Amino acid sequence: MTNPSLPSEPTRRDFLYIATGAVGAIGAGFTLVPLIAQMNPDASTIAAGAPIEVDLAPITEGQVIKVTWRGKPIFISHRTAEEVKQAQSVPMSQLKDPQTDQDRTKTGHEQWLVVIGICTHLGCIPIAKSGEYNGWFCPCHGSVYDDSGRIRQGPAPLNLAIPPYRFVSDSKIEIG
Amino acid sequence: MSGPSKFQPTHPALKWFEARLPIVSLMYDSFVAYPTPRNLNFLWTFGAILSFILVIQIVTGVILVMHYTPNVDLAFTSVEHLMRDVNYGWLMRYAHANGAAMFFFAVYIHMFRGMYYGSYKEPREVLWIIGVIIYLLMMATGFLGYVLPWGQMSYWAATVITNLFSAIPWVGEPIVTWLWGGYSVGNPTLTRFFSLHYLLPFVIVAFVVLHVWALHVVGQNNPAGVEPKSDQDTVPFTPYATMKDLFYFSAFMLLFFWFVFYLPNYLGHADNYIPANPSVTPAHIVPEWYYLPFYAILRAIPNKLAGVIALFASILILAFLPWLDTSKVRSGTYRPLFKIFFWIFVAVCILLGWLGAKPAEGGYVIAAQILTAWYFLHFILILPVIGLIEKPLPVPDSITEAATGGHKKKVGVAGAIVALAVLVGLAAGTGKAEAAGEQPKPPQLTWTFAGPFGTYDRAQLQRGFQVYREVCSACHGLSLLSFRNLAEPGGPGFTTEQAAAVAAEAKVKDGPNDQGEMFERPGRLADRFPSPYPNPQAAAVAFNGVAPPDLSVMAKARTYERGFPTFVFDMLTQYQEAGPDYIAAYLTGYEDPPADFKLPDGGNYNKFYPGHATAMPPALMDDLVTYTDGTPQTAQQYAKDVAAFLMWAAEPHLEARKRLGFQVMIFLLVLTGLLYFTKKKIWHEVEKPREIAHGQDPKATKI
Ligand code: FES
Repeated sequence: MTNPSLPSEPTRRDFLYIATGAVGAIGAGFTLVPLIAQMNPDASTIAAGAPIEVDLAPITEGQVIKVTWRGKPIFISHRTAEEVKQAQSVPMSQLKDPQTDQDRTKTGHEQWLVVIGICTHLGCIPIAKSGEYNGWFCPCHGSVYDDSGRIRQGPAPLNLAIPPYRFVSDSKIEIG
Repeated sequence: MSGPSKFQPTHPALKWFEARLPIVSLMYDSFVAYPTPRNLNFLWTFGAILSFILVIQIVTGVILVMHYTPNVDLAFTSVEHLMRDVNYGWLMRYAHANGAAMFFFAVYIHMFRGMYYGSYKEPREVLWIIGVIIYLLMMATGFLGYVLPWGQMSYWAATVITNLFSAIPWVGEPIVTWLWGGYSVGNPTLTRFFSLHYLLPFVIVAFVVLHVWALHVVGQNNPAGVEPKSDQDTVPFTPYATMKDLFYFSAFMLLFFWFVFYLPNYLGHADNYIPANPSVTPAHIVPEWYYLPFYAILRAIPNKLAGVIALFASILILAFLPWLDTSKVRSGTYRPLFKIFFWIFVAVCILLGWLGAKPAEGGYVIAAQILTAWYFLHFILILPVIGLIEKPLPVPDSITEAATGGHKKKVGVAGAIVALAVLVGLAAGTGKAEAAGEQPKPPQLTWTFAGPFGTYDRAQLQRGFQVYREVCSACHGLSLLSFRNLAEPGGPGFTTEQAAAVAAEAKVKDGPNDQGEMFERPGRLADRFPSPYPNPQAAAVAFNGVAPPDLSVMAKARTYERGFPTFVFDMLTQYQEAGPDYIAAYLTGYEDPPADFKLPDGGNYNKFYPGHATAMPPALMDDLVTYTDGTPQTAQQYAKDVAAFLMWAAEPHLEARKRLGFQVMIFLLVLTGLLYFTKKKIWHEVEKPREIAHGQDPKATKI
């Protein structure tokens, strides 16, 4: 071993201390990776969150059903022509979170509204077919959504979210 | 320490805080300014190492609890879920399990160090006794934790250890029933063990605080065994002791991670990868290695109550050590006679440990009885007597004199002699044992996944899966695996489409549907492999009373006796393939029974099966499965391929583990090297004046 540590060379000694401290700090940093990563969804949870298919055929006009995807309730609403017309005709100026009904549905399937049934205020599940706007009413703190799932009244800041989904056929959707 | 604090804050905010809670000055006095003897050797770093391991155990333990389910039906699968699905779950569990072993390894060095240097002597009796309490708490915690995975060893360890209390006259039975919360070890036992296993580490922390407090009141002992007399005799804790502790801790982590990443199951028992079965006891019940000496003492005594008393006495006697050792001289360095008996005692403990792992029969029992007698005699006869008759060497006046006196250490020589004696003893014992048993050892095959850089051979895993599907799956489940695993990295390398196709061919039970009925549907990637039988009872009925076991962790649940000295070398060669070696040998080990062998009804003679009579008939023969890649279609090849596949099934993250292990090892080598030079540089300032004053080579006194 060489002996670079004569007192006359303080810079070299300082370098050694800094290098040791830095390497130790890097090690401590990397140690945190598995300790934190283990709390993320595990492989089985991710696999179980794969897309699901929902058959729309049994849902009659005016009916709202609830399915579960990734542990979240999904509302599928088969709206009447009247409801669709009403939803499409709301002026943007009346909306807290302006969005047209066309943006919230798929072209050619406007009668189908698919939303995540979680109140955007603090996560309660709103009740379908209730409230002033013939949409959803959240009993927790009184948020009211219209029949397009848009926030109209109450403390919730945003419209009910739309999950990723696509039409596999006219009467079947795949959520996820 | 008493007296005004050396910490004098200048910042007004700190002053304000200090006046209200003087914790900063407490920390400063305890871990910065605290004077430590300048002549401490590396054995004194194990206190710090133990503290760090305790932290590792608590952190990993808290994480394991996030994924573990304390229920007899779910415990085993939740542990496997952790190992397979949770991000870095395998790392957390292997670190925790091997961390326990390292904890005991370090504590034994710590204890023997205290014994050799007389660290229990006045005024450190209370410090020592707190240490014994911590050790007892560790043993309890380790045992409780071992039960939690709810494997065969867990279950039977719980049964055997709790039954120790049944030896108590009159109240023994009620106490055991109370411990169990039932009439046998069951769910109530598991849940309370879980609760206590979570509680006790924090009790240990509390006692460690007391231990450190007591240490800081009386000061550290040192190799010379004389108290510091002047400032010259001590150095401040920081940076001197801190850097030394960090360096040795880092070096210790190299050993720790060698096991975690390369030999994670070496210190465990294969039987604990078999789910707990209350109606079958494993052929060979052994505790973890760190309890073995006490287990040998328990079995050495042919009376139940006396055996249990001896077991507890062998631990509790440690608490009386301060009064059993009559010598006025503290350090063993200056006690020629004591030194000899100390090393004999170390050898006795190691040999007892070895005997604890051997079956309790014949010569082993007699040897264990002799060594047990010696163990107790060491405390109640040898120590008191040699303290009186021995002529100690001249003890140095001060630590500085001891540190600069160039006293030659013969510890290494003595250690070597002990090690040699132990090895000879073990070799003689094993040689005899081997001559007695006629169980042939499975041949050691070459596996691509062996060694520090091992990876699975994808083609081999695919062939092995084919063999499993076409042959084994008719009777054996693979219930811990999901179809998606087939396409996951580090596995057989099927595409997601191929894995989905395999899944779709399977029928999976699902439901209930809207009508409240269970129904069958084609499998999906997220599904587990369905078992061929709805429950083990149905399988048992179909197979003559012996249910074909699930194969998910089979490659880790089977092993064979490696023998001495092979098992020692296995630590260096990283041999972890006993499972696949055994499986490959077993599958092709069928023979006609020897003329004098009585095969029971429904049994098949297998050379490698323990006891030779196995329920499974030979399953593999040449050309049974059609390989598409031109690999020879022999039974031998099928056996090897399916064994490799089962190794992957049991250890799906093996490749990731070895890869990460290499990175960690390189990193730790760099860090340890840097810490070494930093420590050397810092200590240089302490050692240099001496070098000039005495004109000596500093290495002569450095440990
Ligand atoms: S959670 Fe729905 S209104 Fe507050």
